[in-house]
Amino acid sequence: MPEEINLEIYNADPLTEDVSDEATEAAPKTYAPLDAAAESQADLSAEMKAIGEAYAQALKNGAPAETQPRLDYAPYRSSVLRHPTKDLHHADPETIELYSPAFGHMDVHALEADLTIQHNGEPLGERIVVSGRVLDGDGRPVAGQLVEIWQANSAGRYIHKRDQHPAPLDPNFTGVGRCITGADGSYSFTTIKPGAYPWKNHLNAWRPAHIHFSLFGQEFTQRIITQMYFPGDQLFPLDPIYQSIVDQDARDRLVATYNHEQTKPEWALAYNWDIVLTGSKRTWTENEALGAEGDDHE
Amino acid sequence: MSKLTPTPGQTVGPFYGYALPYAKDRELLAPGSPGSIRLQGTVYDGAGHPIPDAILEIWQADADGKVPHRTGSLVRDGYTFTGFGRSAVGNTGDFTFTTVNPGPTEEGAAPFIAVAVFARGLMNRLFTRVYLPEDEEALAKDPLLSALAPDRRRTLIARRDADGGLTWDIRLQGDGETVFLDFSDAEGASK
Repeated sequence: MPEEINLEIYNADPLTEDVSDEATEAAPKTYAPLDAAAESQADLSAEMKAIGEAYAQALKNGAPAETQPRLDYAPYRSSVLRHPTKDLHHADPETIELYSPAFGHMDVHALEADLTIQHNGEPLGERIVVSGRVLDGDGRPVAGQLVEIWQANSAGRYIHKRDQHPAPLDPNFTGVGRCITGADGSYSFTTIKPGAYPWKNHLNAWRPAHIHFSLFGQEFTQRIITQMYFPGDQLFPLDPIYQSIVDQDARDRLVATYNHEQTKPEWALAYNWDIVLTGSKRTWTENEALGAEGDDHE
Repeated sequence: MSKLTPTPGQTVGPFYGYALPYAKDRELLAPGSPGSIRLQGTVYDGAGHPIPDAILEIWQADADGKVPHRTGSLVRDGYTFTGFGRSAVGNTGDFTFTTVNPGPTEEGAAPFIAVAVFARGLMNRLFTRVYLPEDEEALAKDPLLSALAPDRRRTLIARRDADGGLTWDIRLQGDGETVFLDFSDAEGASK
């Protein structure tokens, strides 16, 4: 099952190395033949529906609402052998886990938040600004922390050799960005709206357009990697990754809001998405509470 | 008590390889430098096969047990110990970090390294710990370890290699399944 990984692409620095030509050569020239053994969307949809109905019934019977994805969610076939079968062990975080790695402006250049200026030309697609705030479970801003994103281009293609989708690469778009949150927990990325893309979970499986987000809090226990989606996507009910969150309110927390007020005339559409990390277990220092930025080399 | 409901996690997916890794991501200090050790292991799935598309992060105290508060993990200067590292596994599921043995963060505490595990097919990140094997008295008193059955406890303790390094494997499922941790106290957390 291990697919080949090209380490040159795998480890490339997207800001200094242009890896797109090599990946272009790897693209198949025609559509991959349909796999006769693959399961249909109808099979998968029926499975997802049954899980959803069982959850709805459990809610009715008084079970608490689930806020996170199921680790054991068979409709995402790759999860079958990759989820723990034993319950997660409840633990109280200890000293090191009550703090987070510190990132700052020596780690991330301000220009890394603009994914449309990393090459010589303008990337193709719909220019968007995605912004919001990172908050902890008590509503406090997570200031001076690292946000990393990655995404497909407007045609639904990732710069990664393992992405064999025969959609064009964009020589002007890598699809990787970083920023450090402001004192109010704010972040903002300028990018291109990613396209939907096919994956081989089942026959005719398509991922809704999404941007991967990686976030750090003020405590290591708040670490999270997730995906942001766009409102109104018709692929939501069909996608086992989105549906692995069985609770509709919880799913909705991954969907950005279109914000016309922030849309830049003649330039870019705007979306807002706030991210809430888990609650804090530690009393914050004054600097953290005031939202001081991350660099502390003194 | 939390007032806001946390945003759900999602799988890291297959295509993080051009986004999350960075130069010297797994070198918390330079390989071969005084005090450096190798932390290595393999990530396995429920069939006992190595997983080629997992990525791990470690976060730890320094050799004196102090929690680092220094930035610079993404652009390493070769001198500053930030306590954070990231290692994507290779085709054979192997990961390697160069780091130091963490000291105890409190008098008598068992030193360990905090770990976050991400993988394609893993719906949400998993937290775990890797303990140093030496201080048996501290290990016996450790609140987490002492709450575990012996066969479960074993999954969190590294082996000391002849070269001074640590070997520790992660099993996402099945025989010898690694103990993964839930730090939340809210209802409705991952099951």
